[in-house]
Amino acid sequence: MIPAIVVFLYLAAVLYIGIFAFRKARGKEQAEDYFLASRSLGPFVFLFSLFGTNMTAFAILGSSGHAFSNGIVTFGLMASSSGLIIPLSIFLVGTRVWALGKKYGFMTPVQMFRDRWECGHIGTVIFIVQAVLLVPYIIIGIMGGGTTLNAISGGLVPYWFGGAIVAMVVMSYVFFGGMRGTAWVNTFQTVLFLLFGAVALIVIGAGMGGFRTAAQSMLAAPALAPLLTRERISPLYFFSYTFIPLSAIAFPHILIFCLTARKMGQFKKTVIFYPLCILAIWLPCVFLGVMANRVTDVPQIRAKQEARRVLATQGKNMAPEQRDELREQAAGDDVIMLLLQRYAPFWLAGLLGAGIMAAVMASDSQILALSTMFTEDVFAFYGGKRRFGERVQIQTGRIFIVLITLFAYAIALRAPETIFELAIQYAFSGFAALSPLLVAALFWRGSTKWGALASTLWVVIAVVAVAVFQHAVPAPAPGPATVVWWAGGWEALSRTPGGTAVFGFMPVVPMVIVSTLLMILVSMATSKPKAATIKRYFPS
Amino acid sequence: MKRTLLVLAVVVLYVLHQDFWFWRTAHPMVFGFVPIGLFYQAVFSAAAALLMWLLVKFAWPSHLEREIEAKEQEDSPK
Repeated sequence: MIPAIVVFLYLAAVLYIGIFAFRKARGKEQAEDYFLASRSLGPFVFLFSLFGTNMTAFAILGSSGHAFSNGIVTFGLMASSSGLIIPLSIFLVGTRVWALGKKYGFMTPVQMFRDRWECGHIGTVIFIVQAVLLVPYIIIGIMGGGTTLNAISGGLVPYWFGGAIVAMVVMSYVFFGGMRGTAWVNTFQTVLFLLFGAVALIVIGAGMGGFRTAAQSMLAAPALAPLLTRERISPLYFFSYTFIPLSAIAFPHILIFCLTARKMGQFKKTVIFYPLCILAIWLPCVFLGVMANRVTDVPQIRAKQEARRVLATQGKNMAPEQRDELREQAAGDDVIMLLLQRYAPFWLAGLLGAGIMAAVMASDSQILALSTMFTEDVFAFYGGKRRFGERVQIQTGRIFIVLITLFAYAIALRAPETIFELAIQYAFSGFAALSPLLVAALFWRGSTKWGALASTLWVVIAVVAVAVFQHAVPAPAPGPATVVWWAGGWEALSRTPGGTAVFGFMPVVPMVIVSTLLMILVSMATSKPKAATIKRYFPS
Repeated sequence: MKRTLLVLAVVVLYVLHQDFWFWRTAHPMVFGFVPIGLFYQAVFSAAAALLMWLLVKFAWPSHLEREIEAKEQEDSPK
C-alpha cells in the first residue's frame, strides 16, 4: 500500500504543477499562450519537456519487457538509433520549423503546410491522418495508468478506477495549464525518469548480489546465452529499425513542442544532450530486462519463461489463438515492476513506481497537440476564430481536451490493450512515412501540395494494408517466417512472429521510400506554388 | 569543406550503428557483466552526442537566428 500512497502523492504534485501554471497564465487569454506557452520556454524546461514528451510508457516498461524477451538487441534497435536520428532531425527540421513559426505565427505543422503549398483541404486531409494515428497513444496511456496503479497497489485500486484517476489528472493539468502546465509536468517527469534508471540499477543489482554472477550464469545457459548477443534478430530487421525514429519529428506533438522555445539557442542543449538522456534511461532498463532472465525466485517471471519455452518448442503445432495467449503470458512489460517489488524497499518501490507513472502519463502532450490541431487547423481555419474570437477558441480547445479524454477512457475500458499496442506499431511507421512531407516543405522548392497529398494517401493505404495483412495471416511460432509471396526466389512478403517483412525489411522501409518517391514524382508533374510564396521559404 | 566533413561524419556514424561484427558474440564481457554488443551501442550513443556537439558548433543555422532577431527588433515598439 505504501508504494500506492507515494504514487498518489506524485499525482497530486503533478496536478498542483498544472494548476500553478494556470495561475501564472491568468490574464493572458491568448491562443498562443495557452497552446504554446507564448513561445517562451527556457533551455532547461525545453530540453526536458521535449525529451519527456517523446518518452512514453515504452521507455521504461516496454524497453525492459522487450529486452527480457529479445535480449541486448533492444538497446541498439530502439535507443541508440534514436539517439542519432532524433536529435539530428530536431537539428535539421525542428530549428527551421521554429524559425518559420516565429516569422509567420504557425502553431501547427498543418498551418505551415497550408501556407507553404497554398492548399486548404489537403491540409485537412493531413490533419485527419495525423489525428487518427495519434489517438491510440492517448488510449494506451490511460490503459497503462490503470494497469500500473492496479499493480503498484497490489490490486487494491481496480483497473477502471486507476485509469479514471490517471485520465482525470492528465486532463486537469492539460485543461488548466495548457502548454505551460504540460511542459512543466514533463520536465518534472523527465527528472524522475532519469533518476529512475540509475536508482533501479543500483537497488536491483545489489538485491541480485551483483550482475557479474548473473551475467556469467546466463552465458553458461544455452537457452539464455543468445540474449547477450543479437543472433535472434536479422541484420536487415536491425537496419530497418533505424527508419522508425524518423517518426519523432513528424509527430505533431513533437513539432508543436519545437515551437515553444524562446530562442533558437535553446535547441543547442536539446540536440547535444538528447542521446545522453536516452542512454541514461534506456541502458539500465534494457540491462535489467535482460538480467531478469536470471531471477529464479519470482514466480511470475518463471511463469513467463515457461510460456516462452512452450511457445518455442510446441508453438508450431498450436492454434494461432493458443500462440497469442502464450505470447501474452510470456510478455515482459511488467518485469521491471516485479524486480522492484522483489528487491526494492517499500518506500523506494513507491518512488520508482512514481517514475513508472511518469512514463505512463506521457499522453498529456498528445492530448494538448490534438486540441491545438483541432482548434487551429479546423476551428480557426474554417472561420471559427474570426467569428467567435480567441477566447472562444481557447474554450473550444479545453472542451476538446475533455471530450477526447472521455472518449479515450471509454475505449480503454472496453477494448483489449493488444489492439492499441498494434495500432501504435502502425502509427510509428505511418509517422515515419510522413516525414518526407516536412523535408520537402523545408528543403525543396519544387515540392507541391499534390506531392504531399500523394504521400499522405500512400501512408493511409500502407498502414491499412499492413494492419489487414497481419489480421488475415496469423503470426507464426518463433522461428522461420510464413512466406506469403515469393518473387524471383526472394521472400517478397512474409508474416514474422513479430510483424511483417517485405524483402526481409520491416514495412517502414518501403513505406518511407515510396512516400519519398511519390513526393518527388508527383511534385515534378504538378504546378508549383506562386514564386512569392516560395521566396518566403527560400529567400536566398 | 567543413560541411562535407560533417555530412561524412553523420554517414559514418549511421553505418557504424550496423555493427554486424559483434552480432553473434557476447565476448569480451566489459567489466565482467556487460556484453560487448551492448557496450558498443552505449559508446555509440556517447559518440552521437559528440557528433551533435560538432554539428551545433560548426553547422548551426545562425542565419535563421539572425533573421528572427532582426524581425523581433523591427516589431518591437520604438
